[in-house]
Amino acid sequence: MNQELLILQFQQKDAKAYEKLYNLYCNSISGVVNNIVKNDDVAQEITQDVFIKAWNNAETYSPAKGRFFTWLLNIARNAAIDYTRSKKFKQSKQNLNADFFVDILETSSSLDSTTNTIGLKEFVTKLGETCKSVIELLYFKGFTQKEASEELNIPLGTIKTRNRTCIGELRTMLGV
Amino acid sequence: MHWRITHNVGRLKMNTKDYIASGILELYVAGSLSEKENEEVHAEILKNPELLAEVQSIENAIVQLTAAAKKDAPYSFNDIKNQLKVEEPKVISITKPTSNWLQYTGWAASIIIGSILVFTLSQNNQLKEQIASEKQQLEAQIDSASTNLAAAEKLITIFRDKDIISIPLAGQNVSPTSYAKVYWDKKTNSIYLDAKGLPEPPKGKVYQVWSLKLSPLTPTSLGTLDTFTADANKIFTIENINESEAFGITLEPAGGSISPTLEQLYALGAVSS
Repeated sequence: MNQELLILQFQQKDAKAYEKLYNLYCNSISGVVNNIVKNDDVAQEITQDVFIKAWNNAETYSPAKGRFFTWLLNIARNAAIDYTRSKKFKQSKQNLNADFFVDILETSSSLDSTTNTIGLKEFVTKLGETCKSVIELLYFKGFTQKEASEELNIPLGTIKTRNRTCIGELRTMLGV
Repeated sequence: MHWRITHNVGRLKMNTKDYIASGILELYVAGSLSEKENEEVHAEILKNPELLAEVQSIENAIVQLTAAAKKDAPYSFNDIKNQLKVEEPKVISITKPTSNWLQYTGWAASIIIGSILVFTLSQNNQLKEQIASEKQQLEAQIDSASTNLAAAEKLITIFRDKDIISIPLAGQNVSPTSYAKVYWDKKTNSIYLDAKGLPEPPKGKVYQVWSLKLSPLTPTSLGTLDTFTADANKIFTIENINESEAFGITLEPAGGSISPTLEQLYALGAVSS
């Protein structure tokens, strides 16, 4: 099924079309949320909320503003970050030390559904530190290019090309 | 093959390869660009399918990478399905009559009977005239029926032509029971739209037909069905020179719109490749 058509139907509040989009992206969104909140139950709750929120705000999405997936990512990261600012989260005394997605991947015991998880684990452990940080900040945390550049103390233009190299390695590994 | 596209940065001319190598598309997927940059990238993608393929591939990689950081239980759409608000038709409440209606009924009945009597007398005369004119109309209809038969036979040959692609358009949210069918004759660059499954458009509104390209979604108007109500067989012949990937029908204000009003999308169907 063509994705542009699915998105159009989703914007028409077509639940069947939305189910397909949900199945495409729910694991990814859960991964991003989990990386921020670091709690399985909370991650599940927030992820479901993200998809309900996206449905309720379907008309605000516009392809001219970016990819549908990116739109979901933004909703998810904002929802997860909002949670980390809440009392509930602070009371749970979470360890806020930079716990990278890499660590989650390494400690992950559930290898459900995705056959690539094992390969991905191997891949990320071999990644250079810069790649790990750049991917973490840009994709999982939603940093802008400028913010990432300041955080990592790497020149602005270098972030762009370095990230391209990192993602290039990932794509070679995944064959996409 | 050497693609050349003009990139909007100063006097710099970038080709596709350089544009891709710059890493801007990876940032586009991440959502790390400014609103203005996003729009620029989107415009470039519209112009160049090679860029779209690259973006899809990057996105695919990121979807898989991020999914690997998932640790919670498997998801099911059913968990959220009943929480999705679907706009339900508004219920019109019926107000009960509160007055002592029995008392008025008798009066009302006698007035009605009286009026009917007067009305019937004048109707009788009118009917006589009507019969005469209907006779004439019938003759005209028989005459046009033979012409219609020829037209119908032409339609059958169109629908049976194996080189004509048929595309069913399914009813959408605003009117789920609607349907339509497009018969696309690429040789003559024309489509035959069978719109019998659409309701009569409300006054001041008109159906508008769109040819759609899907990646990215680009609608092109094929015109409005101005004669919808008057047209008996609801089959419309429309010129279509586009490389359409789908067809859609929206309800628009009389005169049509520049771009489709998606909330009023009545029927939609993709051309199977």
